[in-house]
Amino acid sequence: MAHAQLSPRTIPDRLQGRSARLLKSWEALLVVVATAIFLGNSLASPYFLDPWNLSDATFNFTEKAMIAFAMALVIISGEIDLSVASIIALASTAMGYAVQLGLDTPALVAIGLGVGLVCGAVNGLLITGLGLPSIVVTIGTMSLFRGLSFIVLGDQAFTGYPESFAWFGQGYVWWVFSFEFTLFVLLAVIYGVLLHKTNFGRAVYAIGNNQTAALFSGVRVARVKFALFLMTGLMAGLASICLTSRLGSTRPSIALGWELEVVTMVVLGGVNILGGSGTIPGVVLAALIMGMVTFGFGLLNVPGIVMSIFIGLLLISVIALPILWQRARRRLSQ
Amino acid sequence: MMAKLLKNREILLVVAIMVLLAVIALRFPGFVAPANLARVYNDTSILIILALGQMAVILTRCIDLSMAANLALCGMVAAMLNTAFPGLPIPLVIVAVMVLGGLLGMVNGTLVWKLDIPPIVVTLGTLTIYRGLIFLLTDGKWINAHEMSDAFKALPRQDLAGLPVLSWLSLVMIALMFVVMGRTPLGRAFYAVGGNPHAAIYTGIDVGRTRFFAYCLSGALAGLSGYLWVSRYAVAYVDIAAGFELDIIAACVIGGISIAGGIGSVAGAVLGALFLGVIKNALPVINISPFAQMAISGTVIIIAVAVNARAERRKGRVILKKAEAV
Repeated sequence: MAHAQLSPRTIPDRLQGRSARLLKSWEALLVVVATAIFLGNSLASPYFLDPWNLSDATFNFTEKAMIAFAMALVIISGEIDLSVASIIALASTAMGYAVQLGLDTPALVAIGLGVGLVCGAVNGLLITGLGLPSIVVTIGTMSLFRGLSFIVLGDQAFTGYPESFAWFGQGYVWWVFSFEFTLFVLLAVIYGVLLHKTNFGRAVYAIGNNQTAALFSGVRVARVKFALFLMTGLMAGLASICLTSRLGSTRPSIALGWELEVVTMVVLGGVNILGGSGTIPGVVLAALIMGMVTFGFGLLNVPGIVMSIFIGLLLISVIALPILWQRARRRLSQ
Repeated sequence: MMAKLLKNREILLVVAIMVLLAVIALRFPGFVAPANLARVYNDTSILIILALGQMAVILTRCIDLSMAANLALCGMVAAMLNTAFPGLPIPLVIVAVMVLGGLLGMVNGTLVWKLDIPPIVVTLGTLTIYRGLIFLLTDGKWINAHEMSDAFKALPRQDLAGLPVLSWLSLVMIALMFVVMGRTPLGRAFYAVGGNPHAAIYTGIDVGRTRFFAYCLSGALAGLSGYLWVSRYAVAYVDIAAGFELDIIAACVIGGISIAGGIGSVAGAVLGALFLGVIKNALPVINISPFAQMAISGTVIIIAVAVNARAERRKGRVILKKAEAV
């Protein structure tokens, strides 16, 4: 990230106990906020607590959260991927094209995931192979991928997806638990283990904190980063399958502006936008909060663009508030 | 000789634009007629003005993704001012929206300066907020041509010594920015802050303050462009210039302005914008669907950033050579 850190880092002279740290953590704050919103929603609307309504509410965030998990790793490693929404559009367009050729559900899924992987590989190669800054590369590919789907579709739309394909976005695994929500839980566990329990996860943190030091300690920086972009592409492909299946149609403007919401979700989850820190439980909580807020606004009939103002304010304030809070504390302690 | 010429980005770009024009001229000689070239320039004027503002921001190692939203909000306010007070002189409207744009830029600048929030996060946030504000202001309604006064719509089109006022305005802005970047302490500070923030502090430059002014500048230019856009296309609504921030950044990247800060020139920004402008105007002529433009500018951004990175790497620091080679 093109941002200079000018203030020296302070090293704490006394480490806190585990429980104290947990109570003061960003995640603890998110739990409080999530509970408050949940209570607020259930008081505001008598229909909120209905299991089926809650199940409906999950569709607001599951697709974005899938990408947010992978994006969290990318951002922790000090990079960013702004092309995810465009990958969704391109993958969806490819699947729509395949439908016109008469292909069936298994092939469509393979195509969706494949296009995601290829797009991720393109990003990864440009960033790690040529050593280009990820922010410019993915601004470029963001334009390129969606541009390709505009070339194919123009002002048209692909429809006529097979009935069995609808299951991914509209099907239920058991009772009120939709396929998307189950996938969300599964991916949360997988990414949680990957980031917090494996060597790969430690490498991601190491790269984000000090890339040169990571390299000299034997971390294959380029390979890890390439894997991260590949993973983000794959997740975007997966999200594209779910979204396309849920909407039942493809337009080139599908998922427009989602990169912003995904980045907001990750940052709200406590991931440092400059890299080096962040957790998957934080991102899960942020996804739940954003999902509940948009659902609550929906119940109150708030138009979508007003929600986006709120998300913009949320993005800035979740970063600004801790900074202001720290400053206030420093002033008090002096 | 050739290598030396290729190192100079501006000359490289001029050659690229010439080649592009020559290729188009082979099939459609009418495209390179002076009158048509003037029309292409005029069509690119707004992009040039915006690219100049973005250049100042990028030079200081920041980025302004909110420019197009700022433009749309200021354009809407200009149109609303005009419909509410049709008698208000147009220069006053322009000053008003430039001040408003500058204030919106100031919001970005303050967040970056005082709170030290990464610029990309700040402007991603304000991008949605500014565009949302247009909706709150208008309830999603359009302001159409017949609601605007004739003077409001006529100004950018007015002919002045053979060129429309719009073209002249962009030429004036280029000249102004040329002086600001090259001949004022602020302009040199932009380069110093982007080139090496630590060194800039030791020479007595306030890094945050310099960035703040860069954002004010880009905001004011976005405000000016807001009026120009709305009066030129004679319509104002929530989604005008949606996604245009990418074109602005593309123009800068193509123009050789390094996203890592400190490298770039006014000429580069102008040529980068013109390169995109020629492509955009040539597409319908050579019968390529306008839908292809997005993919083309994406490709051009990637190629441009790859070319720039190669040029910059040659003079990289020697100490960490091995680390950077990965």
